[in-house]
Amino acid sequence: MASSGDTPRGPALPDPGTTQLSRRTVLKGVAGVAGLAGVSAFLAACGAGATTAPTKAPAASAAPGGGAASAPPPAASATGQVTVGSNNSDPAPKKGMQLINAAFTQATGVAVQMNTVDHNTYQDQITSYLQGTPQDDFLWFSGHRMRFFADQGLVTPIDDVWSSVKSNFTSAFATAVTGNDGKVYGIPIDYYPWAVFYRKSVFQQHNYQIPTTWDQLITLSQTMQKDGLIPFAFGDKDGWPAMGTFDILDLRLNGYDFHIGLLTGKQKWTDPKVTAVFQQWAKLLPYCDSQFAGLTWQQSADKLIQKKAGMYLLGLFVSQEFTAAGSPADLADLDFFAFPYLGTQYDAEKALDAPIDVIMMSAKSRSLQEDMANAKAYLDFWSKGSTQLIMFKQGTGLIPTANDTDTSGYSALDKKAVQIVSEAQKITQFLDRDSRPDFAGANGMQSFLAKFLANPNQNLMALQTTIQNFWDSLPPET
Amino acid sequence: MSAAVRHRYSLLTRRDKIVLALMVGIPTILDLVFIWAPTIASIGLSFTNWRGIGAITAQNWVGLRNYTFLFTQYLFFWPAVEHNLVWLIFFVCIATPFGMFLAVLLDRDIRGSAIYQNAFFLPVVLSLAVVGFIWELLYAPGSSGLIDGALGLTSQTNAIDWLGTPGLNLWAVLVAASWRQVGYIMILYLAGLKSVDPTLREAAAIDGANEWQTFFRVVFPVMAPINTVILVVTVIESLRAFDIAYIINHGKNGLELLSTLITNNSISEANLIGFGSAIAVVLLVISLGPIILYLNRVFREES
Repeated sequence: MASSGDTPRGPALPDPGTTQLSRRTVLKGVAGVAGLAGVSAFLAACGAGATTAPTKAPAASAAPGGGAASAPPPAASATGQVTVGSNNSDPAPKKGMQLINAAFTQATGVAVQMNTVDHNTYQDQITSYLQGTPQDDFLWFSGHRMRFFADQGLVTPIDDVWSSVKSNFTSAFATAVTGNDGKVYGIPIDYYPWAVFYRKSVFQQHNYQIPTTWDQLITLSQTMQKDGLIPFAFGDKDGWPAMGTFDILDLRLNGYDFHIGLLTGKQKWTDPKVTAVFQQWAKLLPYCDSQFAGLTWQQSADKLIQKKAGMYLLGLFVSQEFTAAGSPADLADLDFFAFPYLGTQYDAEKALDAPIDVIMMSAKSRSLQEDMANAKAYLDFWSKGSTQLIMFKQGTGLIPTANDTDTSGYSALDKKAVQIVSEAQKITQFLDRDSRPDFAGANGMQSFLAKFLANPNQNLMALQTTIQNFWDSLPPET
Repeated sequence: MSAAVRHRYSLLTRRDKIVLALMVGIPTILDLVFIWAPTIASIGLSFTNWRGIGAITAQNWVGLRNYTFLFTQYLFFWPAVEHNLVWLIFFVCIATPFGMFLAVLLDRDIRGSAIYQNAFFLPVVLSLAVVGFIWELLYAPGSSGLIDGALGLTSQTNAIDWLGTPGLNLWAVLVAASWRQVGYIMILYLAGLKSVDPTLREAAAIDGANEWQTFFRVVFPVMAPINTVILVVTVIESLRAFDIAYIINHGKNGLELLSTLITNNSISEANLIGFGSAIAVVLLVISLGPIILYLNRVFREES
């Protein structure tokens, strides 16, 4: 991994003086776009209807640190420790965590005890983890999945930390980390858009055009099949990747409000609008990799790397596999486009999934009272662009959220990812982050979608009734 | 009990009584705490919609709703029961007899018997998680999988997705599970065969019985206790089948089993402990069947 070699040994602390000015100028350019346009998008996404004015990026970055290289937040003690629960178990993000912890220790003198758990296991055990003996701070997801645990009182609100760092985030991110009670429960640390990924060289070689309508997409798929390519790489062995396709089709056909209503129980799964989504999906399936049920997303990404497949609807993290299994040239060849528009009134929403990851403070940690200042300092540290950039440099395909992030190292792909999210009028988090965990799980929605994919021409209303019955059987959420 | 018997017991010293009380009491307490208490708790929880957070209140009580939903509407319940039954039938009819067959062969002191024994027993030493992983590599679709690769099924159109195709994946998994089960049964049975009195075989040979008759008329009936153990082991292994299906895809898409449904619903992020407990109770009731039959038989033989 080349990027890890490039990472400076010490923390990427803010440089004093002129370099910082020049960096800010760059920032104004890129983050300004994200800031202004993105705010409306993120705001709309979270559906709170808040009218906070956009917080400009440059003003923000003055607050943390400035020239003082290792200025710890006021509350932080210079000794002691903080414990951190991490689901970053893959090699690249794990390395990123270690570098960030080292940087934190160097900056504050506080030792970091990190507990890394395989990310699937982490998700499976999150409820018992948070009720048992969690670490002080822990990584998690924003959206419904964050609010759920906040409602249960398993997370400590961090409004005091947030008030000192919030100027470093667009207010859209602020909405994403605010619980149902109006308190803030997390620091957003990264996000990534879902889009249709492809290799520029493949499109050039065959003279393919980027499809912007459904018909163009189908025509392109047919051409790819004739050229011996699998039009859409697709791997659903883990159950969740198929949700991305459902999301985008529902957003395109029925709009953001219906989609979110559906995932929160305000709309019914037996609605004919849902039938329409499945029917549309059925039209796309002949062009998707028929081996999807046995493939992980990494194996499917390999088909894109090996030029066996033409397109792949996935999150930006697909670049991780390009970094791991491909060459730097492969990574430079990777590009994406927004899922084509279907000619409905919702096209203007330009909606997409762009999940945000967060770091939160647990409520039941045994050491929390003792470590409180350090735990807050650690959250504060994560709110800095320089911290988030350490992770970004590991090639995780996750875009930093902080306004003061040095974007000069962004690739064209990263910049495009920032742009597509900022242009979107509506942003969703992903089916399993926007809905209840007990609904979206392995023997819930994952299996229902697998049921559909196994036979797309089945009696759809029967399947939809089953889904709705399952929803109705779930216990009240609070 | 006659007075004489009671009298004899009363001759026990105080020390004897204490030892007896401890020897009976400790296992009883352990049994109550670790087996009966969780079982009864599960049964109780199965009538609630508790999600594992906070205390259980009267509002959590839902009566039989978990069960009615499970039996009438839950899409994955009956398939899971069916898959468990298929698993049981496959083990009873194919895997276990094959393991016994291997044991009989290896009992004949063929050359290299120890090597064969080790080879067949090796999968038993591996955890089922490792077995699942090994077979995942074998079954991977297209050129990445050993089986498809060896068969030349590597193109997009003819590759067989062994673990991803509902209807096929259960059988693929059964082959993988049997790979392990066969070795397990073989070792159990081989141990039994070794303990059969050789004079029985000699007598049978003198009486003019052929190999077939010797085994089915003499050896097999003598092995009745081992046969019962093997049957029970097979039934239990089938009902608690879990690891391989869970490793492969968390028990979805044609690999639903009662055990994976329980895990996915009650231990996962979903944390539907009440609903998961209801499925667990169903599995408990099913498991009680063979256990009661077995115990019945054992007690009848003793009396």
